[in-house]
Amino acid sequence: MKIRLVDLAHARSGDKGDTANVGVIALRPEWYPALERLVTTEAVERHFHGVIDGPVVRYELPNLNALNFLLHGALDGGGTLSLKTDAQGKVFSTALLRMFVDVPDDEARRLGMVPAKVSS
Amino acid sequence: MKSVVRVASGQGFWGDSLEAPRQQVEGGHVDYLMLDYLAEVTMSILQKQKERDPFTGYAGDFVGAIESVLPAITERGVRVVANAGGVNPPACAAAIRTLADHGHAADKLRIAVVTGDDLLGRLDELIEGGHALANMETGVPLSAVRDQVLAANAYIGSGPIVEGLDRGANVVITGRSTDTALTMAPLRYEFGWGATDWDKLAAGIVAGHIIECGAQCSGGNCLYEWRSIPDLANVGYPIAEASPDGSFIITKHEGTGGRVSLPSVTEQLVYEMGDPREYITPDVVADFTSIRLEDAGPDRVRVFGIKGRPATDKLKVSIAYRAGFKAVGTLVYSWPEALDKAKAADRILRERLDRLGLRFDQVLTEFVGFSATHGQLAIESRADCEPPEVQLRVGVRGSNRRDVERFTREIAPLVLNGPPSVTGFAGGRPKVEEIVAYWPALIDKSVITTQVDIV
Repeated sequence: MKIRLVDLAHARSGDKGDTANVGVIALRPEWYPALERLVTTEAVERHFHGVIDGPVVRYELPNLNALNFLLHGALDGGGTLSLKTDAQGKVFSTALLRMFVDVPDDEARRLGMVPAKVSS
Repeated sequence: MKSVVRVASGQGFWGDSLEAPRQQVEGGHVDYLMLDYLAEVTMSILQKQKERDPFTGYAGDFVGAIESVLPAITERGVRVVANAGGVNPPACAAAIRTLADHGHAADKLRIAVVTGDDLLGRLDELIEGGHALANMETGVPLSAVRDQVLAANAYIGSGPIVEGLDRGANVVITGRSTDTALTMAPLRYEFGWGATDWDKLAAGIVAGHIIECGAQCSGGNCLYEWRSIPDLANVGYPIAEASPDGSFIITKHEGTGGRVSLPSVTEQLVYEMGDPREYITPDVVADFTSIRLEDAGPDRVRVFGIKGRPATDKLKVSIAYRAGFKAVGTLVYSWPEALDKAKAADRILRERLDRLGLRFDQVLTEFVGFSATHGQLAIESRADCEPPEVQLRVGVRGSNRRDVERFTREIAPLVLNGPPSVTGFAGGRPKVEEIVAYWPALIDKSVITTQVDIV
């Protein structure tokens, strides 16, 4: 079942120089294992392909049901150098929540996940 | 020893709510008011001010904040810890001293001033002594931009703040101390935590991280069920209610708006996070994977279980340097075919910049209302709808001021000599801004000496 990350998690993002960080937090604790399994470094790299210039690094915080992603080369130089509207990466959080993940049907139903309305 | 110490956050950055400090000391009991004024860019703005006037260079809002909480300090014993000193803590203290004298509180205010973080005058000596101050992101040594440096400050820890409190200060003013030390230091002082009580120091740092951005942990900018967060107009700023064992509760005053909940606190915990096991501060390395959260009633979240490890032998240095010029111009295009008109205008503008032979390091175009925030990830909205209007936003960056100036003259002509249905140019020509960029570096702790003066 295709599910959109915005229906599984909430998020906040910030910056360190030219790197944006996105913390992704499961909306329900029982959904965290699916996030850890499906929102991989590679999947996030694919999602942001062409949007950021550098690599993605992932850290796990199972204690907070959260993942932390560092998106390098995301901010056109970052800080005062950046010409971007979002020079400080404040809304990379919601950009990541656009992502789709494929959850096995039985797992999705058992855990009460909501299928995505659009699937592009 | 107190069994509970309440530290209230009244400012998340310079420019935050002017009402919050007073609301924090009047809304209920607090022991400390913590005010964080400094972001990465702030130090360079303050340095520019100080060059023009040697009596400035600190966060001016702090004077009004102290004025608004003066009765709480002098009559109820609330103590204030703030990094409002910027690049000129002594001038900041002098302004507060003047305020106290006028407010007939001269003998009731004891101000501690922390200095020693400012390295601007020592830079050449340090570089000659073998401290490269290499950029932490690029590895380039500071000598490459030495002549452009505007400000250089080491991030200092809790030690000098604790000393100020120990010497009886009820207002402690620092320069570039870490944001988190402003919260941790009062707890360390009150509970007598030692310099190697790693877990407790780490707990104080985590408390500081949660409340240092003001209302961003108590309902502000909270994505989780954002519609249901009550009364943000009257949002309550956060309070850390700490115990000697290092556990603490995040809460806010009764009767205020916003919400303190597991999701609101978790969102703030992951904000601006790097490697969660290595949250490095001058005092301790905190492990964010050890943090436990527990619902402790309405607008109360208990935080416990935090682990810390010994600090490193380095301090981070925040350096600001001049890095060229930039300008951003905007125009608004309306339906029909707003996006295509904006794109055509962008092509025409770029062709004209080329013909003029202008040189830039970067030219960045965004279509606000369409792809400025999510770029090509917003593709589905392209398919779904035609936007009623699109703002064309073009920015340029370069080392040559004249070329950037020239760019600012090329926006307005598009209104008459470019694609149709265009408006939104009333703000006039874009302004050229000098870029003051951030250069993070590390330095050996042993070369930094802080000093605490009571004034």
